[in-house]
Amino acid sequence: MKVPTAILTLIIGILITLASLWVSQNNDVLLPIAAASEAAEIDRLFAAMMAIATGLFLIVQGALLYSLFAFRRKSDDQTDAEPVHGNVPLEIVWTAIPAMLVLWLGIYSFDVYQSIDSVGTMGSHNMAHQHGDMEQVADADAATMVTDQGQMPSGALSQAVATETVEPLQVNVDGLQYAWLFTYPDTGIISGELHLPVNRPVTLNITARDVIHAFWVPEFRLKQDAVPGQVTHLNFQPTEEGVYPVICAELCGAYHGAMKTRSIVHSGPEYQAWVDSQLVANTSRETVAQSVTASPLEHHAAAMGLPDHLHDPHQSDLAQAGHSHSAS
Amino acid sequence: MQGSTADQNQADIAYAATVETAEHHSEHPDLRLFGFIVFLVSESMLFLGLFVAYFAFRVVTPEWPPEGTEELELMLPGINTIILISSSFVIHKADTAIKKSGDVKAARLWFAITIAMGATFLAGQVYEYNHLGFGLTTNLFASTFYLLTGFHGLHVFVGLLLMSAVLWRSRVPGHYSETSHFGIEATEVYWHFVDVIWIILFLILYLL
Amino acid sequence: MTEAQAPHLEEVEVTPWREYFSFSTDHKVIGIQYLVTSFVFYLIGGLLAELVRTELATPASDFVPRETYNELFTMHATIMIFLWIIPTLTGGFGNFLVPLMIGARDMAFPKLNAIAFWIIPPTSILLLCSFFVGPAAAGWTSYPPLSLMTNKAGEAIWILGVILLGTSSIMAGLNFLVTILKMRIPSMTLNDMPLFCWAMLATSALQLVATPVLSGAMVLLGFDLLVGTNFFNPAGGGDPIVYQHMFWFYSHPAVYIMILPAFGLISEILPVHARKPIFGYQAIAYSSIAISFLGLIVWAHHMFTSGTPDWLRMFFMIATMVIAVPTGIKVFSWVATVWGGKLNLCSAMLFGMAFVSMFVVGGLSGVMVASVPFDIHVHDTYFVVAHLHYVLFGGSVFGIYAGLYHWFPKMTGRMLNEFWGKVHFAMTFVGFNICFLPMHVLGLQGMNRRIAEYDPKFAALNVVCTIGSYILATSTIPFVVNAVWSWLAGPRANSNPWKGLTLEWTVPSPPPVENFEEDPVLAIGPYDYGTPKALDFVAATLAPAPALAADSLE
Repeated sequence: MKVPTAILTLIIGILITLASLWVSQNNDVLLPIAAASEAAEIDRLFAAMMAIATGLFLIVQGALLYSLFAFRRKSDDQTDAEPVHGNVPLEIVWTAIPAMLVLWLGIYSFDVYQSIDSVGTMGSHNMAHQHGDMEQVADADAATMVTDQGQMPSGALSQAVATETVEPLQVNVDGLQYAWLFTYPDTGIISGELHLPVNRPVTLNITARDVIHAFWVPEFRLKQDAVPGQVTHLNFQPTEEGVYPVICAELCGAYHGAMKTRSIVHSGPEYQAWVDSQLVANTSRETVAQSVTASPLEHHAAAMGLPDHLHDPHQSDLAQAGHSHSAS
Repeated sequence: MQGSTADQNQADIAYAATVETAEHHSEHPDLRLFGFIVFLVSESMLFLGLFVAYFAFRVVTPEWPPEGTEELELMLPGINTIILISSSFVIHKADTAIKKSGDVKAARLWFAITIAMGATFLAGQVYEYNHLGFGLTTNLFASTFYLLTGFHGLHVFVGLLLMSAVLWRSRVPGHYSETSHFGIEATEVYWHFVDVIWIILFLILYLL
Repeated sequence: MTEAQAPHLEEVEVTPWREYFSFSTDHKVIGIQYLVTSFVFYLIGGLLAELVRTELATPASDFVPRETYNELFTMHATIMIFLWIIPTLTGGFGNFLVPLMIGARDMAFPKLNAIAFWIIPPTSILLLCSFFVGPAAAGWTSYPPLSLMTNKAGEAIWILGVILLGTSSIMAGLNFLVTILKMRIPSMTLNDMPLFCWAMLATSALQLVATPVLSGAMVLLGFDLLVGTNFFNPAGGGDPIVYQHMFWFYSHPAVYIMILPAFGLISEILPVHARKPIFGYQAIAYSSIAISFLGLIVWAHHMFTSGTPDWLRMFFMIATMVIAVPTGIKVFSWVATVWGGKLNLCSAMLFGMAFVSMFVVGGLSGVMVASVPFDIHVHDTYFVVAHLHYVLFGGSVFGIYAGLYHWFPKMTGRMLNEFWGKVHFAMTFVGFNICFLPMHVLGLQGMNRRIAEYDPKFAALNVVCTIGSYILATSTIPFVVNAVWSWLAGPRANSNPWKGLTLEWTVPSPPPVENFEEDPVLAIGPYDYGTPKALDFVAATLAPAPALAADSLE
């Protein structure tokens, strides 16, 4: 019995659609867990793209494989195949459908991008150009700054983003060969690991000291280059407690692969406890270290104080590792 | 798509006309000027890239030129610009002379004058370099200034070499004629190109 | 291939081997010079890749020092791009095929052509010599300020090398553009050209427009490195992002320089072995031009995480995705060409079909990474490594192999061994997929690229990749042995072993100097398979010379 082509096509179409849908629902093994509110959106986008990709993949590969077996030349057949030069309606179809798909995908991606609003660059400014050498700025600011242990966010950036009900936690991220430094301008804490409270918006103000680095937490699905002389921002909200890797994703030298640390998302009380423990450590150090920053713009100044904070338990391994690396 | 009727016609013509069309070892027409112009298009992309880089640096720098950079003098470069632009008209005279009447002598004279003008321009450039208050590495503005003008100066220098080569070759009687004058024509096109680049450079470096 | 040795074999003059080491201006000699030289660099670049994969077999950095590791992948990419894929596809196939296909006796500027080739050997030796002083180690992208701080001597050599190779590429592009536009036989309009020539036209336009900007970037970078200016060094007020824009303005089009000619080769190979006209000639031809144009306005999608302004990210995202449309047209047209054909599954055809199959994977992941939110996650990860290798290996290199199997008889006058060709194909296909498919997962899971040491949780998949890479490396052995052996002692090829309809099959294998005894006249469209005319044409190409003209007279 010969099955009509139309029915066969329909069945194949349904099977391909089912396969695509299945892939779109079952691709979570491919990605690490989603630990930030923005990550879920991106995962949905990924699932949609996987569904489309699976469909197209199956159509093309299926047609090629089928041809490989069905249209193989018989060994005694020396004639040519039927001369088909084209089929305009068919060509219009396979121009129009991908065009609509990418248009839709473009709009969808744009939509996701808008809604996550994670990567604000508008506020980025070129420190080096405004102030000349960054390190000098840091020195100058550190010298003139009144040490302020207060909890008040005094930086312009903090105020600018303080429109939401919960004020985002500001963290200044500084990349250097081969370590990350996290400065909390509200409290003056400096750490080698990124500690965040769960379910509170965070703004990272990212820069680098020497070469270009890139801040990446796969579980947050967020990545931003750390460019020396510029400050770039990431806005997001961690939603899952846990410990996640912070990875440098831009080649930064021989120890690029070793430049990683941890991001720890705490519950509210846990985070407060961590802050308190850090503040105790800091206060005891206050007499030695002249400068602890209060403003995000001056976080470089804090970074200058790095050697004073080496006995910070969270930081010591890292800093030492960094030093031994640069020495070797 | 290979329209079948069109193919049929073509094939018919082809089958019928085999004998006559097959000139043995035909020489292809002279494509050098066309190729040279394509090359200049490519070359202009190099300058375009540098110009865009210049504007990018200008945009990201808060003050341009950075504070403390000595003001550029306009007098000398202005005269230089006038010399270079007029030299384009002079070299065109050479082109007209050779094309209209095959007058190699006149062409040689106009080329010699153009060389003199180009050399004056370069000398002026060197003089300016020597009297500027900033060096190559003083700041971003200074670096772009020297790089752009230097790169252009290099092109002027190559132009002088090309013109000298044309002069040298024109010693042989009959090397250039009414019908064969690729060297003269290409050099002229090149010189106009160098001129246009300078006008843009002068605008963005000195005037804007 | 019994039919290949079929009816008659005229004695042809074989180019003396010394010719290949001389400053020859014959486009066929230059083409083979390109092919052989760059294949040697393919092997060298492959060796570097194997060292990289060996390091990555274990999570720790334990095979080579970390500095060396960075040098290895930097030189791997540089060699594969500038000394293998670009010279092979444009210089090698372009030179050998374009004049033959359009009925010309040589390129428009034969001397320029020879100069363009002879820039390559000294430059490549210079690049290799940088291993003695410590080669560039900042990645092939050579982003400042890192590139200004590591291995200065090697970096200087790298910059000089890239400028020289770029110059060579511009010269070649200039030559192709003029040749294709101006040197076709009078009876061949643009719309009668074989699709490879369309692809080369689009490619050479890109070479001419994009490469100079790279040279500009290299000059500025060189000044920063050697003279102490601060164009790209933020410590002195420069802006490293400007470098990235200039670099990618060339290096994204470079991707199309590396893939468009392969598209062209495949558009030639599939119809011949499917015995069926190409499906949608004009769509394929014009989509090459469209890709070439769009390729020039998408560069910043490599910089989605660099701090590019939002509106720029959106523009480049949409523009990048639009490229999927002309590319999709090509892929569907190839599938439709194969569909309903009478497939001769020789090595060339297998590589050709595998090209379509593998390129689709790279194309689909390409659309995914074009989406800004997703790219923010996978940028600079192994997902991108997988994507680029599916495009450049699954695409370009499979295309090159298909082309080598297809035109080897024309180039050398000898047939390649089919059995070993199929062994080579099977090993390449399997090794390639084992090596690069798992990398998609690695990238999604969080493994970043350009690292010598990685999280032990990625160890298992990395071992798989490394094993795949070893299979891939081994797969070149049957090919090299087959090629060398067949060139020396393979069965003689007649002038048209595959019964092709393009003009290169009308001349003896290998073609004589100056190609055509008499200017050919277009008797048939390049893909008119399945017509009685095609039979006549093939019969004429197989008849003793000067049979073609005589046959036409009947």
